Amino acid sequence: MNTSPGLTGWLRGLIGLIGRVNGLVLAGSLLLLQGGCASLPGEGGSRGDPWETFNRQVFAFNEVVDAAAIKPAAQVFQAVVPSLVRTGIHNFFGNLGDMWTSANLLLQAKPTAALETGMRAAVNTFFGLGGVLEVADGLGLERRPYEDFGQTLGYWGLRSGPYLVLPLLGPSTLRDAAGLALDLKDSPSTRVFRETRDKNGATVLQALNTRVRLLNAGRVLDDIALDKYILLRDAYLARRKSLIYDGDPPDDDAAPAPYKSLLK
Amino acid sequence: MFPSSLRSSFRRSLISALALGTLALSSPLLRAEPVAADAFVKTVAGEVIDAVKADKAIQAGDVSRIRALVDAKVMPHVNFQRMTASSVGPQWRSATPDQQKRMLVEFQTLMVNTYSGALTQVKDQAVVVKPLRPGAADSGDLVVRTEVRGKGDPIQLDYRLEKAGDGWKIFDVNVGGFWLVEAYKGQFAKDLSSGGLDALISRLTEKNKSLATSAAKN
Repeated sequence: MNTSPGLTGWLRGLIGLIGRVNGLVLAGSLLLLQGGCASLPGEGGSRGDPWETFNRQVFAFNEVVDAAAIKPAAQVFQAVVPSLVRTGIHNFFGNLGDMWTSANLLLQAKPTAALETGMRAAVNTFFGLGGVLEVADGLGLERRPYEDFGQTLGYWGLRSGPYLVLPLLGPSTLRDAAGLALDLKDSPSTRVFRETRDKNGATVLQALNTRVRLLNAGRVLDDIALDKYILLRDAYLARRKSLIYDGDPPDDDAAPAPYKSLLK
Repeated sequence: MFPSSLRSSFRRSLISALALGTLALSSPLLRAEPVAADAFVKTVAGEVIDAVKADKAIQAGDVSRIRALVDAKVMPHVNFQRMTASSVGPQWRSATPDQQKRMLVEFQTLMVNTYSGALTQVKDQAVVVKPLRPGAADSGDLVVRTEVRGKGDPIQLDYRLEKAGDGWKIFDVNVGGFWLVEAYKGQFAKDLSSGGLDALISRLTEKNKSLATSAAKN
């Protein structure tokens, strides 16, 4: 990394900036959310997107950066790194993700699922060389969908707030951006890597891993979209709602928060 | 008089004839027994996946082969009219038959393109159909939930079905929490509100043309 201090420095600055932006977003969104959830627009549809003009600008910026830098980098990564190594990298980050999922399941008062996912992570960490090998699948401990802190907030009834496109990170909402600030601060991947340099390296690697997996999906999206911004927005909002309700969201926008089904 | 052995054999055949007759009578009843919705989804999804796995041209993205597959194995099970109508919304009912026809053609072409992209991704996947919710089969429309399992993370794939005679028809599909009709509603809204159905149809025609040229280039 020392051979290209310019690039490293740039990345470090960028990541620091994202951290600061997220800190601001967190502070701002908590204020807003405290100020009155009722005044926030509902989820889904254009009603959930009062900041469309701003969002479209960030979206356009992200598209340019992606086309110029991230996508080509992912294509090189895919061409140069053998698939076995890429699978190992994916498993490794997936395993860190499982730990965070397990923590969030616990925060959502789902002890059984939390324990299963925790077991999965433990098995893969100890018997799968720190998560590089996927061992738990073979033992019937299959991966659950990823859970982050934004979902935990949603589970306990915090509405998503307006749709928000973050620079480089893409689709989010006010609530999920607030959750993301905590994800970035406290998730296992930030705890595993202590040194800033390692953290940055891990972030880049994780970004490449994610982008490689989206190379084909991106083509499908481009093919079917009349308006890619709206397609991504609607897909993101629907997907998040579905995840919060564990794959079974109600049709009704005014439906009770997911945790209320616990009380039935 | 017939020998007794002959008589008994006659009686036996009479009994079997009667038995067959009862079977024959009851068989229409058996046929009227509706195919369970989850079994229906399992069959259709399984057929499509098997067909893709057996066909290298489809995996390589051969659009005409994919179109043939979708026409043969998917479209017969889809209520495409209902899907289009709900994607367009209230303007569908006030549209002329000619507009409806053109819309159906263009939307179907776009859908095949959607599918062709997705089907080229099929490699080692298997579909797991989840059990129906108790009481779900009583209503006319119901949701069958499945999961596509492969190398990566499992993908949620749900189907909305309506009763069609003895069988079922699909009228909406949910990929990872996102219903297709909702998706297209969002995509269509702007053109519909600014220029009506005709604006949307010409937009779709344009889109399909550019997809066809880019597919021809590849």
